[in-house]
Amino acid sequence: MERALTFDLERRYRGGPVVRARASLPLDEGRVTVLFGPSGAGKTTVLRALAGLDRPDAGTIAYAGEPWLDVARGVCLSPQRRRAGFLSQEPALFPHLDVAGNVGYGLSGAPRGGRAARVRELAARLRIDPLLARRPSELSGGERQRVALARALAPRPRLLLLDEPLSALDAPTRDALRGELRALLEAAEVPSIVVTHDRAEALALGDRMLVLVAGTIRQAGPVHEVFSAPADVDVARTVGTENVLPARIVAREAGLAVVEASGLRLTGMDPGGAVAEAYACVRAEEIVLEEAPGHPSSARNLVAGVVAAVADEGTLVRVALDCGGARLVALVTRRSAGVLGLAPGRRVAAAVKAPAVRIVPRVPAAPDAASGGAGAGDRGPPPAPEF
Amino acid sequence: MDPAALRLSLWLATLTTALLVLLGVPLAHWLATSRFRLRFVVEAVVALPLVLPPTVLGFYLLVALAPRTPAGRAWEALAGRPFPFSFQGLLVASVLYSLPFAVQPIAAAFAAVDPRLVEASHTLGISRIATFFRVSIPLAWHGIVSGAVLAFAHTLGEFGVVLMVGGNVPGETRTLSIAIFDHVEALEYAAANRTAAFLLAVSFAVLVVVYAVQRRPLAWNAR
Repeated sequence: MERALTFDLERRYRGGPVVRARASLPLDEGRVTVLFGPSGAGKTTVLRALAGLDRPDAGTIAYAGEPWLDVARGVCLSPQRRRAGFLSQEPALFPHLDVAGNVGYGLSGAPRGGRAARVRELAARLRIDPLLARRPSELSGGERQRVALARALAPRPRLLLLDEPLSALDAPTRDALRGELRALLEAAEVPSIVVTHDRAEALALGDRMLVLVAGTIRQAGPVHEVFSAPADVDVARTVGTENVLPARIVAREAGLAVVEASGLRLTGMDPGGAVAEAYACVRAEEIVLEEAPGHPSSARNLVAGVVAAVADEGTLVRVALDCGGARLVALVTRRSAGVLGLAPGRRVAAAVKAPAVRIVPRVPAAPDAASGGAGAGDRGPPPAPEF
Repeated sequence: MDPAALRLSLWLATLTTALLVLLGVPLAHWLATSRFRLRFVVEAVVALPLVLPPTVLGFYLLVALAPRTPAGRAWEALAGRPFPFSFQGLLVASVLYSLPFAVQPIAAAFAAVDPRLVEASHTLGISRIATFFRVSIPLAWHGIVSGAVLAFAHTLGEFGVVLMVGGNVPGETRTLSIAIFDHVEALEYAAANRTAAFLLAVSFAVLVVVYAVQRRPLAWNAR
């Protein structure tokens, strides 16, 4: 049987919301699952329940068959016995210990020599060696979060839980640490779950993704699939970006970057950095549909396509376009759809302004985690029962 | 100044403080972190000596531990002598009387320890008891010092409880504040003044220490 973390939790808040989350995640080392959802959806509740810091009102958690929680049978393993590393939003470093003391804190059972070696090893990996003698109050936000990660990794946890690990940082630090965090999590060879409400973070960090809306997991799957094919309107609204294409930056010029995405050439804002692998993201409502191309336009991107499907969503109509190898989703008003006569088979042009094409760089993953639809199939069944 | 009374007062205050730290630290930690629904009742009991006249406390201790009661007999079997007018009796009364002075600052310091640090320690595999010694105690250190110093000073100056429980037995229960009372009754104002001035100076020094510790907590408490 595949090693998996399965949970089925219910947490009722008095006079407040109910969180009911159910999912099953394969436990592959170095793979990152993003738990995505708006504020108040219950992400932190789920994460704290997995860590053993909160006790749900009902449900079960099993790690590779080992019961961590079974409320009905009165089983609730302490956080100590779960051995799940936990990284909170604000890095809660021990203020009375220096950085070395913080990193080595969880190694108290190990022999002294082994402890020092492990601290040095992690310090090197997280590039915090020059900070080892400093106090947490003397560190910057980014440095603190690195130290907190080193501390969580030191006792070799079986699972790593990260609660919005970058949200307390200022924007430049966050952008710098995002790509690095992905590489670190992969190198750590621990399955991780990252809670976030930030799309760029989900794309940059995650291999697969659980979308939590109003206390329930509504969709699970590879990150870009969830983004490009939301299961329902709530998920679409939550993830916000319907078009997420695996892309490669092929040219950069004057603040713009040209990417090749599934046969399309798109121009977007240059995200900076040296990474060529990226996702090109376009929100469906940013796509303008026009008669077949030919007339001049200020839009930098003009793509010819054929309408594949039309779905009525009230005021708006969701239009799926086949554009060579890629599929784009556009949201237009019902009126425009009528004027253009949008129906399957109709040839149109999709126009997108360069600022609407968001390019999110992505640290290349190990081969079997490669982006693209094929990656999903060979990792066994879909991760969540609700999928 | 009466050297026997000074020695007795210092010894009583030292033992009382030691017992209060041993009892008060776990009690304060429980008060600061427990989710027990009737916790407020325990808090009220701990705070009672703050508002209770010392004579009332002393009176009920005498009644409860009178030689003919079961508790009094148990006491005598343990301590080897009756409760009233003994140093051991005085010690128990002092511990109860100074309880809030020790427990309240310590509980406030424990309550100020960021619970995320305790959780971080638990997720790093460190047991609850080890977390208590490695995180909570170091971070609540200034509160423990304040509580101990206040308990010491309060015991040094107590009067009503001593008189009720201990009476005035030289070398056994005659503390500094009782000595002052004796001097004044005998119209020995110069002797009373020497002892009173000493207690005034000690009390002032103690408060200076307490406020200094609280105002400038050890560097890591500045967050």
